[in-house]
Amino acid sequence: MMYDVIIIGGGVTGCAILNELSKYQLKTLLLEKEEDVCSGTSKANSAIIHAGFDAKNGTLKAKLNVRGAELIKQLSEDLHFSYLNNGSMVLCFDEEQIDGLKELYERGVNNGVKDLEIIDGDRARELEPHLSKDVVAALYAPTAAIVCPFDMTIAFAENAILNGSEIKLNTEVKTIERVDDYYLINNEYQSKCIVNAAGLYGDKIHNLLFNDDLKLTPRKGDYCLFDKEIGNLVSHTLFQLPTALGKGVLVTPTVHGNLLVGPSATDIEDKEFTATTKEDLNMIIQKGKLSVDNIPMNKVITSFSGLRSRPQNKDFIIRSLDNNYYEAIGIESPGLSSAPAIAEMISEMIVNDLKPSRNDNYANKREDFKRLADMDINERAKLIRENPLYGNIICRCEEISEGEIVDVINRPLRATSLDAIKRRVRAGMGRCQGGFCMPKVMEILARELNVDILEINKNNSKSKLLERRLYEKV
Amino acid sequence: MKKYDVLIIGGGPAGLASALSLKEKGIDSILILERDERLGGILNQCIHNGFGLHTFKEELTGPEYAQRYIDKVIESEIEYKLNSMVIDINKDKQVTYVSKDEGLNIIEAKAIILAMGCRERPRGALNIPGFRPAGIYSAGTAQKLINIDGYLPGKEVVILGSGDIGLIMARRMTLEGAHVNCVAELMPYSGGLKRNIVQCLNDFDIPLLLSHTVIDIKGKDRLEGVVIGEVDEKRQVIKGTEKEYKCDTLLLSVGLLPENELSKKASVKLSNITSGPIVKDNLETSIPGIFACGNVLHVHDLVDYVSSEAKLAGEYAAEYLLHNRESSSLIEIKTEGGIRYTVPQMLDINNMSDRIVVRFRVANVYKNKRIVLKVNDKEISSLKKKVLAPGEMEQIFINKKDLVDADKIVLSLRDGE
Repeated sequence: MMYDVIIIGGGVTGCAILNELSKYQLKTLLLEKEEDVCSGTSKANSAIIHAGFDAKNGTLKAKLNVRGAELIKQLSEDLHFSYLNNGSMVLCFDEEQIDGLKELYERGVNNGVKDLEIIDGDRARELEPHLSKDVVAALYAPTAAIVCPFDMTIAFAENAILNGSEIKLNTEVKTIERVDDYYLINNEYQSKCIVNAAGLYGDKIHNLLFNDDLKLTPRKGDYCLFDKEIGNLVSHTLFQLPTALGKGVLVTPTVHGNLLVGPSATDIEDKEFTATTKEDLNMIIQKGKLSVDNIPMNKVITSFSGLRSRPQNKDFIIRSLDNNYYEAIGIESPGLSSAPAIAEMISEMIVNDLKPSRNDNYANKREDFKRLADMDINERAKLIRENPLYGNIICRCEEISEGEIVDVINRPLRATSLDAIKRRVRAGMGRCQGGFCMPKVMEILARELNVDILEINKNNSKSKLLERRLYEKV
Repeated sequence: MKKYDVLIIGGGPAGLASALSLKEKGIDSILILERDERLGGILNQCIHNGFGLHTFKEELTGPEYAQRYIDKVIESEIEYKLNSMVIDINKDKQVTYVSKDEGLNIIEAKAIILAMGCRERPRGALNIPGFRPAGIYSAGTAQKLINIDGYLPGKEVVILGSGDIGLIMARRMTLEGAHVNCVAELMPYSGGLKRNIVQCLNDFDIPLLLSHTVIDIKGKDRLEGVVIGEVDEKRQVIKGTEKEYKCDTLLLSVGLLPENELSKKASVKLSNITSGPIVKDNLETSIPGIFACGNVLHVHDLVDYVSSEAKLAGEYAAEYLLHNRESSSLIEIKTEGGIRYTVPQMLDINNMSDRIVVRFRVANVYKNKRIVLKVNDKEISSLKKKVLAPGEMEQIFINKKDLVDADKIVLSLRDGE
């Protein structure tokens, strides 16, 4: 079967591109090596939609961040993913460094960021009462927002599928050959175009076809996630002004009401090294405490590490090379904020080259997951009457019902692993971290997927959860 | 809206015992709401023996112990609902619950007994660095997988934390054919019962590494190993003591936390130390008519103590329904010198029973101490103890007659003689 476009990589960039291309009459397939989309850089980051003052004027990062942030607001309504326009502040702790804030302000204005304002420490504390008394000034960006990166990526993927695109999971691209006027991937998939959106492995995919030895360096960032009990400690995303002592860490609420502190920034070699380290965890907590008084360490519910892919020239690499090969790689921060704008840019290149007709049936077809915890009593009661599975609570901490879990297993993009369920409906994401619900979620997965429970994994096929059956359950 | 005299949230040992004592006191309008598919709570997965020595003077397994109470509840025709999860309680004692069979319901009660139990602290709470692979389970989750669901989660095991569930699981995993490398304990003493160390570790030659903790987790997909290091008295890892243990399973038994999400919704005041409600001598919380007992109140080491506390909670709730207490001032039991907390924390001297039990835990391992109760700086009672440990709950009795004109009550540890 010949595809018009094959996208390699199911992160937020690849899925946004897939959704954008589904607006055209193109036969499009996305290949993802893991068991779910949003499994690499997209799953472990700050979940911030940056206002856009950070990137240097004239860079792709600057242009695509500002455009992306605009698009995401509308897309969150069209495709139903969690988005909260909470505003951000860059905090300055030293009168002598206010020039640094001014520089960011100027840069932001030039990048086209609206409503930026430099405010003094007292005004900042009015907006954010738990802010440290050491804050002397802040760059206030009311347009900044937070999202759920899983939600956003999955929303793109599901909407693309509903509009005719295909996704193949558990499929790592190992070989690409140029045959006549098309590409042959893994000796199996044929396509006129290739889009490399392979995240950390964007260099590996690139180097399968080109000889210029492109290199992307993983930069590791550790985070601590705190209990919802203290989720309202801050309402804005709080950055720290970079100083000679290094880049600061951020303290931010998440769209689900937790508090997030991080990231560290350590350049490493191993693209699979998503382990937190004691040094990095200690560092982010120490730095986080500069911004906000009284971050209670006993309220950490988990810590995690994410890798960003750092390009050599420090700007996104978004381009079209020979023979309908396109790439969107080196997508580090502000990649999440830029994703829909990157998708527009890649899509424009492909549309220029292939000149496809528009898909007149394209629509925002994606419905949100049903979320009981967000419903009022009457809505909940009605839903349980319609489908009693919504009355069976599986995850106590986040109040997630069996109905919600069954729903996400049977959607167009099926959730097939414990982590895939957790990312969609938050079962196991709460303060007990799956202690109670994990065995039940595994049972539901096995039943709905019609497989032996021993086959259920945490995420990919190597992350086995159970060793063997001891006896048949009566 | 349906109405009951008493609503009991949780059908584990605490909920069951409190229901029975309410019934004995003549209260008939009782409803137990249980979120699981059966009564008995966590006892159902505790298939080892050792339960009931105090209550029944014989050794039972967890399910046997639970069944004795379940049988009586059924015999007494006490109403209960299974698969029913309470999602809200308000100050007016209206309780919202959901279930597959009945949908969403709101009921009202004159009194509520909180008996939701506790949950395990997860890995995240310890902030152990490293990867986040499959194969890391809390000990209770592994216990459920093996004893209720019938699956062995792994074959090369390290256990962090020597709480009772960790010790029990070291033996259980061994009996099912897994190899348990060691049990590492951060503190210089075990948090579990002595008999469990003997019967679950020593009898199976499983090493207990005191003052050791897990400092790194290896393996991206499935656990491949953990690094364990020895810690000094400040709980900092001593350089050079790090050692990697190959394993595919890490069980965590690092503490239990009373599960009080619902209590908070009802605006019940909680203790920072126990994480459970602050209660008066009659086990009533800061909200009149809402009582608490069992592990939701404070974590117990023996179910027998849960049952006896819950029996009292039932009696006190019955008393609340039958005779209104006239409100009077409360006196706090202050703790000093190594006593971490007491339950109850407050006494209503005018209204309290003639003799009440006060349970408590100590903060460290102590030898040759006296537990001293002082009222208005005068020593009222003193109890000698050869050994005291945080893992073993202690109790004393307080007599109302000793509290005449009391305005200061202090429980403390003093040196021996």
